[in-house]
Amino acid sequence: MTILIIILSVILLAVVLVQIAKINEITEQIRGEEETLTSSSATHGKWLLVFCVLFFAGFIWCCLYYANYMMGYGPHESASAHGGTIDSMFNVTAFFTIIVFVLTHIALFWFAYRYRYTPGKKALFMPHDNRLEMIWTAIPAFVMVFLVVKGLVAWNEIMADVSEGEDYMEIEATGWQFAWNLRYPGEDGKLGVKDFRLIKPGVNDLGQDWNDERNLDDFNADELVIPKGKKIRIRIIARDVLHNFYLPHFRVKMDAVPGIPTYFIFTPIKTTEEYRQELRKYPEYNIPSDPSDPASLPKWQTFNYELACAELCGKGHYSMRRVVKVVSQEDFDKWNATQKSYYLGNIRNTEHDPFKGKNLGLELKSKAKDLESALVKALDTSNTNMGDRLLQLDNIYFETGSATLNADSEFALSCLKRCF
Amino acid sequence: MSANHHTHIETDIHIEKQGFDDHFHEHHEGDKFQTNFIFKYIFSMDHKMIARQFLITGMLWAIIGAAMSIIFRLQLGFPNESMAWLKPILGKWITINEAGIGSLDPEFYYGLVTMHGTIIVFFVLTAGLSGTFSNLLIPLQLGARDMASPFLNMLSYWFFFLSGAVLLYSLFLSTGPFSGGWTAYPPLSALPQASSGSGAGMTLWLVSLALFVVSVLLGGMNYITTVLNLRTKGMSLWRMPLTVWAFLVTAILALLSFPVLFSGFLLLIFDRSLGTSFYVSDIFINGMALDRIGGSPILYQHIFWFLGHPEVYIIILPAMGLVSEVLSVHARKPIFGYRAMVYSILAIAFLSFIVWAHHMFMSGVNPFISNFFVVFTLIIAVPSAVKVFNWISTLYGGNIRLNTPMLFCIGFVSMFISGGLTGIFLGNSAIDIQQHDTYFVVAHFHIVMGVAAFFGMFAGIYHWFPKMFGRFMNETLGKVHFWITMVGAYAVFGPMHFLGMAGVPRRYYRFDSFEAFQGFDDMNKFITVAAIITFFAQIMFVVNFFWSMYKGRKMTTQNPWGANTLEWTTPIEAGHGNWPGKIPSVQRWAYDYGKDGIEFTQQHVPLREGEEHSSH
Repeated sequence: MTILIIILSVILLAVVLVQIAKINEITEQIRGEEETLTSSSATHGKWLLVFCVLFFAGFIWCCLYYANYMMGYGPHESASAHGGTIDSMFNVTAFFTIIVFVLTHIALFWFAYRYRYTPGKKALFMPHDNRLEMIWTAIPAFVMVFLVVKGLVAWNEIMADVSEGEDYMEIEATGWQFAWNLRYPGEDGKLGVKDFRLIKPGVNDLGQDWNDERNLDDFNADELVIPKGKKIRIRIIARDVLHNFYLPHFRVKMDAVPGIPTYFIFTPIKTTEEYRQELRKYPEYNIPSDPSDPASLPKWQTFNYELACAELCGKGHYSMRRVVKVVSQEDFDKWNATQKSYYLGNIRNTEHDPFKGKNLGLELKSKAKDLESALVKALDTSNTNMGDRLLQLDNIYFETGSATLNADSEFALSCLKRCF
Repeated sequence: MSANHHTHIETDIHIEKQGFDDHFHEHHEGDKFQTNFIFKYIFSMDHKMIARQFLITGMLWAIIGAAMSIIFRLQLGFPNESMAWLKPILGKWITINEAGIGSLDPEFYYGLVTMHGTIIVFFVLTAGLSGTFSNLLIPLQLGARDMASPFLNMLSYWFFFLSGAVLLYSLFLSTGPFSGGWTAYPPLSALPQASSGSGAGMTLWLVSLALFVVSVLLGGMNYITTVLNLRTKGMSLWRMPLTVWAFLVTAILALLSFPVLFSGFLLLIFDRSLGTSFYVSDIFINGMALDRIGGSPILYQHIFWFLGHPEVYIIILPAMGLVSEVLSVHARKPIFGYRAMVYSILAIAFLSFIVWAHHMFMSGVNPFISNFFVVFTLIIAVPSAVKVFNWISTLYGGNIRLNTPMLFCIGFVSMFISGGLTGIFLGNSAIDIQQHDTYFVVAHFHIVMGVAAFFGMFAGIYHWFPKMFGRFMNETLGKVHFWITMVGAYAVFGPMHFLGMAGVPRRYYRFDSFEAFQGFDDMNKFITVAAIITFFAQIMFVVNFFWSMYKGRKMTTQNPWGANTLEWTTPIEAGHGNWPGKIPSVQRWAYDYGKDGIEFTQQHVPLREGEEHSSH
């Protein structure tokens, strides 16, 4: 019903407009072309000036109103080391362009008003002026040279790949419809090789080759956790169609292309907590995070950095979210140590494990470590907890007075021997 | 009136005296062959009729394309409102839940976004704009009887029509139209399993665009040949109006870039149907690893943007030409810096071929390569700035008639400045890291090549409507149309800059899944409401257009605007061949306005005694 009323009123409005237009046309004919043109030029000349003023006012209002939401302004200073350069490039460009924007618009609307039609007036005959034209070719050219040079210096610095021997951490982000997979290198600091033909959804989402030892300690995380102050190289790849690895707060953006790994290097400089404290200072972020629940935590407290997709990848494109957490190096190390390798957690000794039933160097190392710490505890005379002081050798079996030693028990014994 | 009537007769005398007699009307290919309805209105070979066909088809497509944008704007502005009322039109693309709330299917949302882009860029702003005015004005302003090949010209329109029909059909497929964005990047566009729109919808999209390329090439060849070969006596290149310069250069751009797109499409068709791997490699999709290795999705992007970038100039150059001409006529002043205007058109056209990768800074190309593209991209700002300064100087000291075409010219210059300046941000790769694929880009290109090109087109339509239909469009409605569109366009696209600066990515179906992109609900509502109002203003324009065609004020003189170019020396109802007798010969450049205190001197009028050619 409302729709019908809306449609009817629109039609009515249109009919009224057409009628007014028709009447205007008739009166104009009566008044004569010249007079009509004079009065309408005067009216619209004034309107152009009014528009110009309102246009600038609207622009300034928007700038002020949204200042605290825009990246690079208010609390949204870049959370990465290189981001500041990008923001300052933006501001320098804004400085020049706003000058041009204001001056040209004033000239445009002022001339239109000032030189509006007046009967009998003779227009100036001015086909060209070489000097003027030289000036306004040269000035933009100089400004452009300045912006290009400044921009390219920044660009080449930001996009430079890591050099050999540099201290950095590599994390891999793989996009697919419609999620991001984040892979960490694990203890060895190296990401293992993979092949898309080895992908088995739910078992081996990335197609990691388990024959590559570097893969065995790689782990996946639901959140992108990164240490503050560490150089991060994100290796970006896609599994099906194009995606784009986009971290708005860090000024990071790079396409994920199937078959062609890309990268982006950045250094986070503010932990999530530090960024929240910045936001806290602004009233915009002291309102409840859930508008329908006034008792909910204030916005600044629930703030999180986010990872998004910025290249159209299908119907779920708008929902590829991951939380990004920047923590201190210590907290990161702790977190890193608690992460379980994907291989050991999900693949080891299943049908997909090429080393099924065999011992892995990796496992042996950790077994030896466990045994060693158990032994140290057992030998610690100051410890009164008898449970701790009991050392159980699970892999050594005694049968009717004699011990049967298999490979595992030999290993355990040799470890013990080494400790003494 | 009497003064006009006087010049009317004088014109005929001049043409009779100095005109060139090509014996056109003595041959049967003259005005005798299109006598019945079908050959006059449907399969017409008259450039004026073909221009009208392009215009009206373009307008229909503009309404469809804009209506689509209204639907997806409703989704963005009011994501939680029920869209059940659209069910009768959109059918299964609206899903209604138990509570009776209807929501737009995301797949179809992306279909709408894709179709909106394709339709507006190709059908409206390429065919509708350049097709209309190149056809109408090239022969008329050059003093030619028709295009070099009227037959190819007719084919050009009908290929366009066919291309439109195929795309229209794709909207009704059960799997939906193509939904991977107007740029159609593979692998999304190459793999039917990647999205339902990438199936039959994409096949039809490719067929449609291939037909469209044929249309553009047939038209373009014709425009170039006509400009180079069919100029009347005395019409040297440096005497051509800027409109014709713009159409000529546009046609050259189209001829050089569309075939590249076509070849890119061919490879994509091979990838889709013959199992080749030009654009795909290392893909695992729908639980299967594809046995296709070695292609590069980035290769497609290079090919696409090798057309895609010149394409935006194919759109904007004709608008620039129209504005230069209309601005000069209604300011009663010669266009300032005519030669500089021509050189800047040529410079922009040349540069447009070596900047394509600025669309691809963040797509994984070697960052080193981007250095060149940044340099060339920002150089374009220089000829563009020259054009803006020249338009503004044309206004200086004029006697400006602020009628509808002139207002749209002023609007065009304002839009071109606003949208052009944001290009300086995006063309600088360092800033593009953050702004790429955000609403900042959406705001930028909509203002600079969308709205600006539309404004140029409107200026052209209001100005040449009397030449096309022998009647004037209604001025009052025209001015209302201008003001709503001017304010509306800035209300729609202005705020989007701020969205972009907040990092909000484009092509999002909803913004509420991310904290960072929330909080702009009011702005999104505002934009949607502004878009709806602006849309209705365009409907008003269409009403004005068709109403004026039949009921508008009649044109009573040949040259109602007091313009210098040759189209205003033809009879009010010009038949085939444009001039009833001889064709006029040209004695001067097109911009003798206010020279020696005389308000205007038409191009076919010989130098007065003691008068010298204007230096330009």
